[in-house]
Amino acid sequence: MTDFFLYVTVVLLIFFGMVALIYKRNLIKIVIALNIIEAGINLLFIALAYRPNGTAPIFTLAPALGELKMVLPTPQALILTNIVIGFGTTALMLTLAILTYQNNHTLDIRKLRGVENND
Amino acid sequence: MTDHIPVLIIALPLLTAFILPIVGMINTRLRNILVFLVIAAVNLMLISLVQRVSIGGEVLHYVVGAADPLQVIREGLDFPIRIVLKIDGFSLFMALISGVITFVVFLFSLSYIKEGERKNYYQLLMLLIFVGMLGMEFTNDLFNFFVFLEILSIASAALVAYRTDRKHPPYAGYKYMLVSAIATSFLLMGIALCYAQYGSFNIDYIHGMMKYTLLDKMALVFMLVPLAMKAGAIPMHMWVPDTYSEAPAPISALLKTASMASLYGLFRLSFSLFGNPLEGGGMNYHTLGWIIIVMGVLSMFVGVTMALVQNDVKRLMAYHAVSQTGYMLLGVGVGIAVHAQADGGSAFKLFGRVAMMGGIFHMMNHAFYKGLLFLTSGVMARRFGTRDLNRMVGLAHRDTFTTVAFVIGALAIAGIPPLNGFSSKILLYESVYQFSPLLSIIAIFVSVLTLASFMKVFYSAFMGPERKDMIIDATPVSKGMILGMSILCVLVVGFGLFPDLVVGTIVEPAIESLVTIL
Repeated sequence: MTDFFLYVTVVLLIFFGMVALIYKRNLIKIVIALNIIEAGINLLFIALAYRPNGTAPIFTLAPALGELKMVLPTPQALILTNIVIGFGTTALMLTLAILTYQNNHTLDIRKLRGVENND
Repeated sequence: MTDHIPVLIIALPLLTAFILPIVGMINTRLRNILVFLVIAAVNLMLISLVQRVSIGGEVLHYVVGAADPLQVIREGLDFPIRIVLKIDGFSLFMALISGVITFVVFLFSLSYIKEGERKNYYQLLMLLIFVGMLGMEFTNDLFNFFVFLEILSIASAALVAYRTDRKHPPYAGYKYMLVSAIATSFLLMGIALCYAQYGSFNIDYIHGMMKYTLLDKMALVFMLVPLAMKAGAIPMHMWVPDTYSEAPAPISALLKTASMASLYGLFRLSFSLFGNPLEGGGMNYHTLGWIIIVMGVLSMFVGVTMALVQNDVKRLMAYHAVSQTGYMLLGVGVGIAVHAQADGGSAFKLFGRVAMMGGIFHMMNHAFYKGLLFLTSGVMARRFGTRDLNRMVGLAHRDTFTTVAFVIGALAIAGIPPLNGFSSKILLYESVYQFSPLLSIIAIFVSVLTLASFMKVFYSAFMGPERKDMIIDATPVSKGMILGMSILCVLVVGFGLFPDLVVGTIVEPAIESLVTIL
């Protein structure tokens, strides 16, 4: 049952992220929307790796486990990587948003539309 | 030593990239020599692999971090663990393209980018793009593929927005990063769906276990659409014109090769991960092939018609990049569509294989002539201080070499006989005609329109009276720029004159490694 709610949360997060991505017109809010989608996908990976009543995946504990199960370690390592990548992406996008604001004095994509040739 | 070449090719530029700013602080000339040596060394290592991989038909595996890196499956296990690099004909083919273009771009940017313009970071990011491309092409691990795609995207976005003091580049960079971030997020979701079922990220292992369930089909969609988006196929092409036109000219050439790496991913996943078409399986490959064909034909036609009406030289070339991507999708799409047919592969032997050969050979040709055109557009834009074709005239009077290079590139992109564009397009025309005559006619028609639009550029920018008052920057074209452009000119002409040599040596093994299922 826990699984079910986890996956529902994943779908909702990705769905709301997509809605925000499509309907928001502000460069900063688009970055936030993207982060929500990323959070949803990270949660999907963690949910896949989760085992009910499992323990932490530590190698030296393995012989003493007996009946107990371990959660899968690989996806957690990968999600750690993905969080770092997401951090880099967010930082770069926010930097570019700041620069866009400095050069164009707006963050509204409707006003930024049309890259013209005037350099 | 030779066993470690696969990992060295990726590790050498990656490690150099991060010590580059320190070396640059000490001495800029030393930094240039270092970057030159690294790119040249990687290229030499790639060429040294041609004998073994392309001609010998060997497939190189390398397990990163294992005690014995050549042993893919450890004793006592029946599945591969750790990150496995795999170099086969197609990987090497793509890596050679990346290597040559990076080398040329480095030579061109030596004097094109001034020392005061934060050149340390420029070269750092350039090397990171190189690493991203090589990693994507060599890896046999889905998650690793994703990580290298992200390295590539972040470095590219930073370089697109390189001229931060101007009005538009930061927004173009933002747009590129947004598209990349959406694409990679959904690619990761597709990877998660595969992992959920098979518990591994290894492409060969998943392929061996593939059951073609509904989840697999969803994973296929989640992987192919983002990669088509990154490759700039219609209808996900909206970022291409803005990004390519705002980036510095050499970077546009590099970005083109970077999107080719995404195209590599698309072809690789549709064959090596999801494809075992000869044995049927549970998936309709005919439909998959037709989806790719339709995407290709639309890209070709919409790209070229949009290019015809442009007045901005780099936007025009960017739309042509979309249009030429369509040829590659068309060729490989025809290959996929007939590979799966119930006739036991006789149609594939008859013309499907040649169509794929044309599509994949076109990737290499396109990278070379489009790179050449983007480099000449850099000279044009710098001379007149604008990218507007209406404000350019008479460049042929002063820049003879650039004119010759532009004419070679323009004729090659239009598929005029002695040049390399023709040698791949003729393969496409002939084979696609047997599949469906209409598609072939569209392809020829698009070539004619391409020629028309490049004639427009030639007449407005190079012909006409010499107008000294319109020239803003009169510094002569430097040696590095000439050397970079002449390497590409030689390749464009050489591949047009001796296509059989290239097709036999590297293109045939590339097809072979795609369609042979281990």
